Amino acid sequence: MSIRKLFEEELAGLKTELVEMCRLTEQMLDNAITALINRDRELGKSIGQMDKRVDEYEMDIEKRCMRILLKQQPVAKDFREVSTALKMITDIERFGDQASDIGDLVYTMPGDKYIKELTHIKAMGNLAVKMVRESVNSFINNNEALADEVINLDDEMDDLFLTVKEELIELIKKDGKNGDQAIELMMVAKYLERIGDHAVNVCEWTKYNETGVHTKV
Amino acid sequence: MKNITQANEYGGSISVKNANLWYGDFQALKDISVEIPEKQVTAFIGPSGCGKSTFLKCFNRMNDLVDGCKIEGEFYVGGTNIYGKIDVNELRKNVGMVFQKPNPFPMSVYDNIAYGPRTFGIRKHADLDEIVEKSLRQAAMWDELKDRLNKSALGLSGGQQQRLCIARSLAANPKILLMDEPTSALDPISTGKIEELMEELKKDITIVIVTHNMQQATRIADKTAFFLLGELVEFGNTDDIFTSPKDERTERYITGRFG
Repeated sequence: MSIRKLFEEELAGLKTELVEMCRLTEQMLDNAITALINRDRELGKSIGQMDKRVDEYEMDIEKRCMRILLKQQPVAKDFREVSTALKMITDIERFGDQASDIGDLVYTMPGDKYIKELTHIKAMGNLAVKMVRESVNSFINNNEALADEVINLDDEMDDLFLTVKEELIELIKKDGKNGDQAIELMMVAKYLERIGDHAVNVCEWTKYNETGVHTKV
Repeated sequence: MKNITQANEYGGSISVKNANLWYGDFQALKDISVEIPEKQVTAFIGPSGCGKSTFLKCFNRMNDLVDGCKIEGEFYVGGTNIYGKIDVNELRKNVGMVFQKPNPFPMSVYDNIAYGPRTFGIRKHADLDEIVEKSLRQAAMWDELKDRLNKSALGLSGGQQQRLCIARSLAANPKILLMDEPTSALDPISTGKIEELMEELKKDITIVIVTHNMQQATRIADKTAFFLLGELVEFGNTDDIFTSPKDERTERYITGRFG
């Protein structure tokens, strides 16, 4: 087998593992949102276990990239793919961390019932799931247009976050007893908002991978 | 001391318009136009036989020496049309050249460096001493060779011989240095020394290097030109060429997908 063929197999292996890592974090986020909406404490608690696997993926992909850089000294598209993978895993790993953190918050959330209907947080959750899924799809399918769509969704996420924040402030003002849960929900909202930011980062790297130009939105 | 470059009208830029070159019936260069900026390192890359060395040799009219070679197009060095009525010796003083295989003359280190200046008519010992020291210092060799000036250059290591050849070119005070795979026969340490030297020399001199070593091009070249089958396929900033080449053929070559 030619050296180039072997290298292409290494690159393909790297991408496969990256996709597996992405799909795992998507699943974690799905579970976190389901646990939040259904107040399923056990499901929330279980997400932390999955996060260990994400960390393993991160370490493993990092090693693969280092090995390719050392052995192949890639250039052009090869170089962009390896550097994209190396940068992207940081954001993907954060998807996992934040899904796991949301799961923990669901597990420890005070009170039997939510202090309000989770209309906007639920919308944030659904949007986060969509942004994560589509950002990963944009990378897998080398789809710049899809990456742009996800980047644009982040404004919606930011608006929802502000709405949730204002709602929670109102609830605390109305009754101080709401405070305990309101603060936890506020943290959930913040994690979701951050997940949106990481999805944007993934899309920026997807675009770099395609064009060679990395711009921060 | 006589300034051997007093008659020098040439600057360090190279501008080529619509260059075509034939060896007999074979067309080795096809309609090449390029602007090579002065005081930068420009690398020529491409598979063997693509015309990069041929193109390099046009800049000091080395191809004049090849039977059956026909050249068309405009070649300007420092603004002067070098295929017009010029003194070719004067041109070659200004456009030095270093080859793949070190080729020191079978004489002392000192005489190697002094050879060119002597042919330009410099005879005074003090003047020659100064040129030899300056050239060896420029080539970062003075300290290792100052006590061996009268020893044969053939006794030096390959890497030292190559740097001596660079010093010998510098004795003519050129504005441009052409290097045709100058490190392909050298070990990594000698290669590193020559690359460091190029980094230093480009403060004053334009360097054009033919290299088969992609990493070398990325390390040292400001601009890179990719040649294929006698055509200049792509020319641009080295960072751009090696991270996002515009032409599919460049991409295929530098990533090793050709063939």
